[in-house]
Amino acid sequence: MNTQTASAALLARIGKRRSRVADFFSARTAVALVGALAASAVLAQLQAVPGRPSVPELLIKWTPLLAQGFLFNLLISVCAMTLGTAAGVLLGLTRISPHAPVRGASWIVVQFFRNAPWLVLLFFVMYLVPFEFHVGGVTLPFPDWIKASLGLALPIMANMAEIVRGAVQSIPTGQWEAARSLAFSRRQTLWQIILPQCIKRMLPPWMNWYAILTMATTLASIVGVAEMMTLTGRITNAEGRTDLLIPIYSYVLLWFFAYCYPIALWTRRLEARYAER
Amino acid sequence: MDDVAAWFQWLHKASGIKLTVFYDAYDRTRFVEGFATTIKLSAYCLVLSVALGAVAAWLQGSRTALVRHAVSAYVQLFRNTPPLVQLYFFYFALGPLLKVDGQPLLGSFGWAVISLTLLETAFAAEIFRAGIEAVPKAMIEAAESLGYSRWQAYQRVVLPLALRATMPAMTNNMVNLVKTTTLAYAIAVPELVYMSAQIWSEQVNVPEMMVVLLITYVAIVGIINQAMQWLEVRLRVPGFGQ
Repeated sequence: MNTQTASAALLARIGKRRSRVADFFSARTAVALVGALAASAVLAQLQAVPGRPSVPELLIKWTPLLAQGFLFNLLISVCAMTLGTAAGVLLGLTRISPHAPVRGASWIVVQFFRNAPWLVLLFFVMYLVPFEFHVGGVTLPFPDWIKASLGLALPIMANMAEIVRGAVQSIPTGQWEAARSLAFSRRQTLWQIILPQCIKRMLPPWMNWYAILTMATTLASIVGVAEMMTLTGRITNAEGRTDLLIPIYSYVLLWFFAYCYPIALWTRRLEARYAER
Repeated sequence: MDDVAAWFQWLHKASGIKLTVFYDAYDRTRFVEGFATTIKLSAYCLVLSVALGAVAAWLQGSRTALVRHAVSAYVQLFRNTPPLVQLYFFYFALGPLLKVDGQPLLGSFGWAVISLTLLETAFAAEIFRAGIEAVPKAMIEAAESLGYSRWQAYQRVVLPLALRATMPAMTNNMVNLVKTTTLAYAIAVPELVYMSAQIWSEQVNVPEMMVVLLITYVAIVGIINQAMQWLEVRLRVPGFGQ
């Protein structure tokens, strides 16, 4: 356990130094990426047959549809993150409960959902949650994408719980003692003194998990939600052009990169800023 | 073994809980094969990504700026794009291009190994780099003053110490790797999820198979955690950590 803390501290210190050069790297990386995409488009262009639309034209033609799919990915990611965060905070609070059985039970839940593969959890929810609910004569539909959000929220919940626990434990014990000497109850101490300070510490790892979740929303295509990956598959089938394959998949990669990389950079910057204080 | 099978058969009759993997020989074989494929896939990717990650981390300390930027671009690209899209890119976009005599060069298993290895190498490279930077500068200077070349110092002094500093992060990475191999399901690699999906679609025992599947993965991860903890204690160097 102590080696772990020691190396974690070292890694944190290194992270701080790294973030200062991150901006420089970001520009280079983006340029390299766009270059690779352009090169593959040009390569495809060389084999173009007259009378057929060129690959860049096809990419432009399908961009609105792909953008719609991407928005769907983002919608799923926002829903899953909201659900996962809310459930995770509650679960995290049970992890630091003064009652040992509650702590033990929530430890099992957290370990289970952290260690189970995302895809299996997604299958679990997709197959075992009904597609509609009957509440007092009213039929509430429960579409696939909501179920996918639910499935993806489970691992987020477990990881959020660990983040909450870590953040609460990183607050000096003196704060608890001071609150107690001012006659704050445990609940008051937690909600009015401890948790507000935790938010800042939880933000970078929370953002990191949001980026991971956004990338994981493509898993929904495996269980039949019509998000960006599903649409890409449909487009390549409809066009039936082998020269389109590399450009279009690179294009999809680029969309996700353009969304997730800035989040990663921002996360690193926040981490560095908080570490300096 | 027969007793176990008989008990699960009785359980099916008595309660309707249909765990065919425990008494149906065909289903059991499929499940065990799927398990073996998952382990094989994880093992290949682990060995390759640790080796390549060490090389990539070494290259990131290169004196040539171009090499450093190239490695950094690779790492950022693979860390910040969805693993599933990477897998599709390799299997559906690159796969059809690589043909020898009209035959595809690699099957879905081969592409899964390549795709997951490249993904994990990106993570391993970052972990190793952090580990290398954690090795005190004085150690390297001491090695150099004893006449070690840059590569020798890296191999004999820096890497053994860095490896120990990175053990907890590597354990996490291994767990992630095993979890990520489930993506190979999407390109029909006959691993654990794929085989289980076949079993549950034939036997119509989705809830039971789901539970078996989840428990299997949680067990694999538990074993990895225990093994790595044991290894960490065994490899401890006096004077580092506690």
